[in-house]
Amino acid sequence: MKENRQELNRQLAQMLKGGVIMDVTTPEQARIAEEAGACAVMALERIPADIRAAGGVSRMSDPKMIRGIQEAVSIPVMAKCRIGHIAEAQILQAIEIDYIDESEVLSPADNIYHIDKTKFDVPFVCGAKNLGEALRRIAEGATMIRTKGEPGTGDVVQAVSHMRLMQSEIRRLVSMSEDELFEAAKQLQAPYELVKYVHENGKLPVVNFAAGGVATPADAALMMQLGAEGVFVGSGIFKSGNPQKRAAAIVQAVTNYQDAKLLAELSEDLGEAMVGINEQEIELLMAERGK
Amino acid sequence: MRRNRIAVLALQGAFIEHEQMLQGLGVETFEVRQLSDWEQPKDGLVIPGGESTTQFRLLNDLALLHPIRQAILEGLPVFGTCAGLILLAKQEDGHPRQGLCTMDIDVCRNAYGRQLGSFNAIGEVADIANDFPMTFIRAPYIHRTLSPEVEILSEADGHIVAVRQGHQLATAFHPELTADNRLHRYFVERMK
Repeated sequence: MKENRQELNRQLAQMLKGGVIMDVTTPEQARIAEEAGACAVMALERIPADIRAAGGVSRMSDPKMIRGIQEAVSIPVMAKCRIGHIAEAQILQAIEIDYIDESEVLSPADNIYHIDKTKFDVPFVCGAKNLGEALRRIAEGATMIRTKGEPGTGDVVQAVSHMRLMQSEIRRLVSMSEDELFEAAKQLQAPYELVKYVHENGKLPVVNFAAGGVATPADAALMMQLGAEGVFVGSGIFKSGNPQKRAAAIVQAVTNYQDAKLLAELSEDLGEAMVGINEQEIELLMAERGK
Repeated sequence: MRRNRIAVLALQGAFIEHEQMLQGLGVETFEVRQLSDWEQPKDGLVIPGGESTTQFRLLNDLALLHPIRQAILEGLPVFGTCAGLILLAKQEDGHPRQGLCTMDIDVCRNAYGRQLGSFNAIGEVADIANDFPMTFIRAPYIHRTLSPEVEILSEADGHIVAVRQGHQLATAFHPELTADNRLHRYFVERMK
């Protein structure tokens, strides 16, 4: 039964491929995102840029607020729980969320253990900045992976490093001989079976999205060219001058990420992009949470 | 000689899975992401699962909606799964809907609820198999057919989940997610 759910949950992520998942804080924003072509929305009380600005402890959103968004749109609705916060995840499952993001954007509830996601029927997406992290999260039951680019910064540099690192580690595993895989598994601190899967298939056993710092159609196209199968856009849309237009442009950029001419058109007249702060200016590197 | 070059709508969703399945049958495929792709010669079209609202928005923005609709109306064989079925349907919950609107069916979207309602089943598909593996992911079903031209190929739990209308084939489930290529073979061989 559980294995069947894991499979169904991996398959929902397959349906999201080639799409854009947008952070929204109100039913109104959710409708704008859906209308613009988002393939799912992430319901949260504060977008990462504001979480960063506000400081303090950041927790799961009010279930009532999440329900409001579930009622507003027909596309899948995701929500975040804190790393290791089993009870928050249970609450999100009780309101029939479509995907839980066990997210470093919120304050971690556990400094050592992630949630045992195999105990849940609803699917989980988790962040990873390298292959070892990705495979550990998959072993714990995550059915979708995303990069851990610095959220709320509008700076894509971290997402790029994570995606590049992961792809290069995958290529390295593919090139190994079979008897080297045991040692590779040890070094990656990941289960041998998953290491073997990557060696044989040249990719993760689950869908892999880009997340963190994506603010423009060009950023989205960059992540797709680096091997992302879709993109999360957090603060980038509703912290910008013209959310409708920017959202629709990013959706088109993900579909036609290799057509520079179209990308040029899509990048025109989008209004003010989110101001952003760069990696060196921020005091808290959220990507260091949960390894 | 079999002349098969199938266009796979690659705007969003699980289109690679369809391509792999078709290629496994020795069929040449190409991805349609914009109008210039669509203008290539083709013998059929596959519309994959994904989010129907996203695919609809992209069909519109990329000016693909009308040329694709026209080609289907003129007889291009088409196979839509899940979101693809929704895009082909003329009605939703008894009301006209926006989309390609070429099949006389009335659909119910997210008919089994949220992701917790997703499920697997094994069922009969007329003309094809009595043990076909079916994967329903936030799936639709068909309330009713709107014309005698529509043939019901499969029902699950009392709801219509696969239909054919002449050169158009649609399923609420995802044959592209299984290892069973019999529906794809049916589309390639029996729908000209």
